[in-house]
Amino acid sequence: MIKYPAVTQDMAIEHGLTKSEFEEIVNILGRTPNYVELGIYSVMWSEHCSYKSSIKWLKTLPRSGGKLLVDAGEENAGLVDIGDGKAVAFKIESHNHPSAIEPYQGAATGVGGIMRDIFTMGARPIISMNSLRFGGLSNPRNRFLLEHVVEGIADYSNCLGIPTLGGEVVIEESYSGNPLVNAFGLGIVNAKQTASAVAKGNGNPVFLVGAKTGRDGIHGATFASVELSEESESRRSNVQVGDPFLEKLLLEATLELCKKDWLIGVQDMGAAGITCSSSEMSAKGQCGITIDINKVPLREPNMNAYEIMLSESQERMLVVIEKMFDDELKTIFDKWDLNCTQIGVVNDTGMLEVIENGKTIASIPAESLVLGGGAPQYDMPFSEPKYIIEKNQLSLERLPEPDDYNKVLTTILASPNVCSKHWVYQQYDTTVRSNTILGPGSDSGVIRLKGSKKGISVSIDCNGKQVYLNPRLGGEMAVAEAARNVVCSGAEPIAITNCLNFGNPNDPEIFWQFKEAVLGIGNACRTFNTPVTGGNVSFYNESTIGAVYPSPVIGMVGLMEDVSNLTTMEFKHSDDFIIVLGAINGKLGGSEYLSEIHNKIEGPVSPLNLEFEMRVQEVCLEAIKKGIVNSAHDISNGGLAVCIAESVIHSPAGLGAKIDCARRLRNDELLFGECPSAIIITIPEIKLIDLIMISKDLDVPTQTIGRVTQDNKLRINDHINIHREVMEDAYFKAFSKMMEG
Amino acid sequence: MRVAVIVFPGSNCDHDAYYVIKQVLGVSVDFIWHTENDLSKYAAIILPGGFSYGDYLRAGAIARFSPVMDAIIQSAKKGKTIIGICNGFQILVESGLLPGALITNQGIKFLSRDVMVKVESNSSIFTRKYSKGDVLRIPIAHKQGNYVASPKILKKLEDNNQIVFTYHPENEDGNPNGSVQSIAGIINEKGNVLGMMPHPERAAESILGSSDGVKIFESMLGIS
Repeated sequence: MIKYPAVTQDMAIEHGLTKSEFEEIVNILGRTPNYVELGIYSVMWSEHCSYKSSIKWLKTLPRSGGKLLVDAGEENAGLVDIGDGKAVAFKIESHNHPSAIEPYQGAATGVGGIMRDIFTMGARPIISMNSLRFGGLSNPRNRFLLEHVVEGIADYSNCLGIPTLGGEVVIEESYSGNPLVNAFGLGIVNAKQTASAVAKGNGNPVFLVGAKTGRDGIHGATFASVELSEESESRRSNVQVGDPFLEKLLLEATLELCKKDWLIGVQDMGAAGITCSSSEMSAKGQCGITIDINKVPLREPNMNAYEIMLSESQERMLVVIEKMFDDELKTIFDKWDLNCTQIGVVNDTGMLEVIENGKTIASIPAESLVLGGGAPQYDMPFSEPKYIIEKNQLSLERLPEPDDYNKVLTTILASPNVCSKHWVYQQYDTTVRSNTILGPGSDSGVIRLKGSKKGISVSIDCNGKQVYLNPRLGGEMAVAEAARNVVCSGAEPIAITNCLNFGNPNDPEIFWQFKEAVLGIGNACRTFNTPVTGGNVSFYNESTIGAVYPSPVIGMVGLMEDVSNLTTMEFKHSDDFIIVLGAINGKLGGSEYLSEIHNKIEGPVSPLNLEFEMRVQEVCLEAIKKGIVNSAHDISNGGLAVCIAESVIHSPAGLGAKIDCARRLRNDELLFGECPSAIIITIPEIKLIDLIMISKDLDVPTQTIGRVTQDNKLRINDHINIHREVMEDAYFKAFSKMMEG
Repeated sequence: MRVAVIVFPGSNCDHDAYYVIKQVLGVSVDFIWHTENDLSKYAAIILPGGFSYGDYLRAGAIARFSPVMDAIIQSAKKGKTIIGICNGFQILVESGLLPGALITNQGIKFLSRDVMVKVESNSSIFTRKYSKGDVLRIPIAHKQGNYVASPKILKKLEDNNQIVFTYHPENEDGNPNGSVQSIAGIINEKGNVLGMMPHPERAAESILGSSDGVKIFESMLGIS
C-alpha cells in the first residue's frame, strides 16, 4: 500500500495553486483532494495548461472563418483548407524554460512536442521552423545556449526527416538568461481523414502507445508557469529527455492508425502527460476515463500514481479505439516495435478515475480540469508602464549623423540580427522530403506539394524591440511583416498561429503589454483575413535581469497557387528596374541602425496603416502572379540600404545595384529607417507599364529608384559606394566570429 | 523492371527515392520493409538515407543486422545494382559491401547544403550517362560523412577506378566533411554497388534547384 502525504492548503500553494483555487477544488470535489488529485489539479490549472490569465484576451482574436476547418483551440493544431481535398495542420509552441536549463533536450523536445501535435491529427509533418531568441553573444552562457538549442533542434528534426526551413534567430540583451525557443510544425492531411483528440463510447479501451513512462518532466507544466531564478538550475529534472528515433516510429505508426475507421481519438502527451491527455479527451467527448495505473509500462521501478500521472516522458500518445479492434491496433504498433498497452477504459460518468492496486485513488470530474470547463479564468489587472512615454521621445537633433555610410552599412550587415545565420541553418536538414524550393535565409520558407502545382510558404516573425516600444503597433507589425514575407515569395497569406512570449502576467505592466499586443494581432488578422488557428502562451519569461521584450511570434502560412510563381529576394538580371512598392517613411525608432550605431532602443516606431499595407501586398502578389516580377524583398531590419544590400549579396556573381532615391529625409533616415508597407521589387523595363496598371487599380504608389548593374557594387545616392566583396565579408562571416567568442 | 526501396526503422529519405523512381522516371517501385528476405523480383535496390535505428551505436551499425541485409548481400553477389545514399552508404560500409568507414564530419556538426560533386569516372554503371569531369550540384545532409580508409584500400580504390565521386574544389570549403581524398562516393570492386553521401534524389528535378543527380538513377536503370 502506497502512503501519500495528507493534503493541506500550504501544500497546494507549494504546488503553485492559490488559496482560492484550492478552495474551489474543495468545492468541486465536495471534500479535500488527496495527494494524487492535488497533483492533477495543480498541473491542469497551471498557466501552461489552463491559459487562465490569457484566455479572456485570446478570445478577442479572430479564431474562425477564412479557410479554417476547425476553430482555434478545438484540436491539437489549427487545420486550414488548401483545396483539392487537402488541408494543412500547423502550430507554434514555446519550450523556453526547459531550454534555459537544459538547452539541447529542451529544444529537442520542443520539436518533438510540436510534431506530435501535428501527426496526432493524422497529418504528415512536412515543415519544421523555429523562432529563437538569445541574449548577447559576448556572454559565453548565451553562446552555449544557442549552440546547444540549435543542435537539439537539428538532431531531432533531422532524425525525424522533416526539413527545417529556418525562421528567426534574434539576439537582444533582454533574452539573456531566458532564451525564447519556439518551434513551428506544419503537416499535410486529406481533409476528410483527420483524427480528433476525443474519447467516446462507454467501455471503449484506452491505450498508451510509444515510450515507457519515467520520472522525467514531472511538474514540467508547473515549472513553465514560474519565473526562472537561480534556483531553476536545480529543476533540471523537470526537463524531459527526447528520443527522435522513437518519435519517428511513433509518427509512422500513428499515421497508419489515423487511416483506420475504428480509431475514435488520439491525443499526444506533452505537458502534464497522462493527466492532460485523458482529461482533455474526456471533456471533449463529454465522458470520463478510468485508468489502471498498474498497467502503465514503466521505465523505472517503484513509481507511484502521482508520478505516473504527472510524468512528461516524451514520445507517448493516448489512443481510444472501438472495442474488439485490439489486435488490429497491436499489429500496427508491433510492426514499429512500439509499446501498446491498454491502461484504461472510457466511462460514462464524466469522471477521471485513477485506480492503483485495485483502489480508486483519484476521482475528478474531467470537465473541471480543462480550459473552457472548470479551470479558472482570470481578468488580470493591467496598467500602461511608465517607460512607454519615456522611451518614445526620440529626437533626431540629438542624434549625430554619421560621416561614413559605407562603414555604417557594413556594421549593420555584420550585426547579429541582420547577418547571415548559415552557421545555424546548415545544421538543419533543409532538403529532406525533396520538396524544398526556398530554404532558410529568405523572407519565408517554401515547399512544393507533390502531385499538385501548389506550394506552401511560411514566415515566422516578430520584432520584440518594436513590441516593447509600442505593444499594440508591434503586434500589428509582426502580423503585417509575416504576411508581407509570404507575399514576397508569391503566396497568399491564409492563416496564422502565434506563440505569445511575455513576462510575469501578475505584473499589471507586463499584462498591459500582453493585452495590447493581442489586440494588435487581432486588428491585423482581421484586416488580412488571416484567422488565428491557435498557438501557445508562454508567460513568466523573466530572469534576474527582468522580463524579456514582449515577443508575440507570428507563424504565417501562405498558399502558393502555382509554384512557378515562386519569387526570391536576389536580383536576376542586369538593367532590371528596382522599384519601391508602397512608401518609404524613414522612421528610425526601434531600428537596427539606432541600436547598433547609436546604442539606443527608442521609439516612436513607424506608424502602420493596415489597410494601405494590405493594398501594397495585393499589388505585389498580383504583379508576381502576372509573371512580371524578377525579385521581391521587403524593407525590414536595417531599412532600405540593408534590403538592397541583401538582394545584391545573394545575386548571381557580377550583379550590383545603383539607386537614386530622393526624399525629404535625413540620409540616415532614408538609408536605415525601418518602415512597413514597402517592398522592393525588380522588373524588366518593358514590364513597367503592366506594373503601373496594377498599382493604379489599387491606388498604391510605385517609384523606380534604380537599376540592377553589372559592376559588383552597391551605390546609393552619393552616400554609399561599396564593393560586393566587402558587404559579403561582413554579412557571411560575422556570425561564426561571434560564436567563436 | 522493378526497383526496391528498403525501409529500415528510421529511414527518412525512402519517400524521396520512391518518388524519383516512380514519378520522375516512371519506373515501378516498391517499399520493402526491413524484415523481408526475398528481393528476387527486383532489378535494382536502393538503401535510402535517414537515421536507421536512430544511428544509435554508430550510423548504420544496427541496420546491418536487419533480416533484409542477407538478401541484399546475396543480391550484391549476384551482380544486382545497389545504391546506398547517405545512411544507405553508411549501412553498406558497416555490412562490408563497401570498404572503408564513415566517421563524424571534421567540423563535428551536421552539415546540410548544396555541394559541387565531381564525376571522377564515367565507366561505372551508375555514371555512364555523365562525362568524366562533370560537376554536379547536389545537397549533402549528414553528420557522419567523413570517409576514411587505409592507404592500402585507397590504393585499390584508385587502381580499380572505384572512386566515382569527389567533392569538387569549387565548394566554398572544397571538402565539406574532411573525407580522405575528398571522396563523396565509391563503388565496390565488381562495380554493381555504389555508396555516396550526397543525395541525388534531392537533385532530380529542376524545381528543386538542380536536376544534376537524376542521371545516376537513369544510368543504373539503363534509361536512355
